[in-house]
Amino acid sequence: MSKIVPVVQEIMSANDSLAAQNRAKLDAAQVVGMNIMASPGAGKTSTILRTIEALAADYRLGVVEGDTANVTIDADKVLAAGMPAVQINTGGNCHLDAVMLSGALAQMPLDEIELLIVENVGNLICPASFTLGTHFNVVIASVPEGDDKPYKYPNIYRGIDALILNKMDLLPYIDFDLAYFRQGIEILNPEAAFFPISCKTGEGVAEWIEWLKVRMASLRPA
Amino acid sequence: MHELPITENILDIAVTYAQQASAKRVTALHLVVGQLSSIVDDSIQFYWDIISKDTLCAGATLHFERIPARLECQECGHTYTLSRELMVCPQCGSARLKVIAGEEFRLESIEVET
Ligand SMILES: Nc1nc2c(ncn2[C@@H]2O[C@H](COP(=O)(O)OP(=O)(O)OP(=O)(O)O)[C@@H](O)[C@H]2O)c(=O)[nH]1
Ligand SMILES: [Mg+2]
Ligand SMILES: [Zn+2]
Repeated sequence: MSKIVPVVQEIMSANDSLAAQNRAKLDAAQVVGMNIMASPGAGKTSTILRTIEALAADYRLGVVEGDTANVTIDADKVLAAGMPAVQINTGGNCHLDAVMLSGALAQMPLDEIELLIVENVGNLICPASFTLGTHFNVVIASVPEGDDKPYKYPNIYRGIDALILNKMDLLPYIDFDLAYFRQGIEILNPEAAFFPISCKTGEGVAEWIEWLKVRMASLRPA
Repeated sequence: MHELPITENILDIAVTYAQQASAKRVTALHLVVGQLSSIVDDSIQFYWDIISKDTLCAGATLHFERIPARLECQECGHTYTLSRELMVCPQCGSARLKVIAGEEFRLESIEVET
């Protein structure tokens, strides 16, 4: 006999419920989690290093580095900056998921840190579909990538709290229409905070850090 | 692309529900996929044929119901369906928009033989 069985279940629910466990673990340790997504080379690691530099006097940070290959280049830079880092090799996978983050959290000294930064795999498509359990999401775009990225990769911009536009020092050399770029973001996510910065010159970094501090304070009632 | 882990999720959910229904096999799955969910039907189908082979779902057909993206203007209340390109409100030009449909990605039902 054949029949129809109603299911009505979100396909991503297994990942989402593990993400909820990650969140609970962070909350229990009073750690704020931030997920950073960007295309390869946009400046995720550079921004993380700038952020460590600016916050090191007041906070301890931990960084989870996701990479598709078995390298520790980015994690080594964080360690050299004096903060704990855990490298996740995704085994060729194009994104981090909640299972991978859960493994990394087990290796991270959560009771010694206040801010956990997750550097997702360089990719503008896949990380958007996998929640991790972090408290908020940031995308880093960069000037050389072009001003049409919000139109071509809309999904990544939709669930984010802040958008950093890095490599502003290159603006004079590249045809990048800032107004066009911003209109794409406006359509997708009018609430997102916007920070044009340069990790090279340090321009705009202070505004980003100010926002981050306010965010952290609102998530970690003292 | 991340369609492999996603296809594994679909298989897990279908097998769980089939077992609960004491099904001998699953003949079809009905998936609801929003336009904004960036899921490629063909890759899901490709992985499906491989990973479902030795399971209750072997040979089951995948049906995709596509949901177009609908936006609601937060300025004037106008609702409209998104074409291929991102666009501001066609009525008032506002960019303050809310997605009201198109993010779906769920397994709606399965057809089984008991
Ligand atoms: N001119 C300029 N170059 C920058 C800036 N920020 C980063 N870079 C350079 O861009 C390159 C990539 O920077 P990373 O910080 O490694 O980028 P990433 O996003 O972490 O890269 P992956 O982890 O490989 O995806 C490096 O050569 C940086 O020196 C900037 O503001 N201006
Ligand atoms: Mg990096
Ligand atoms: Zn309108």
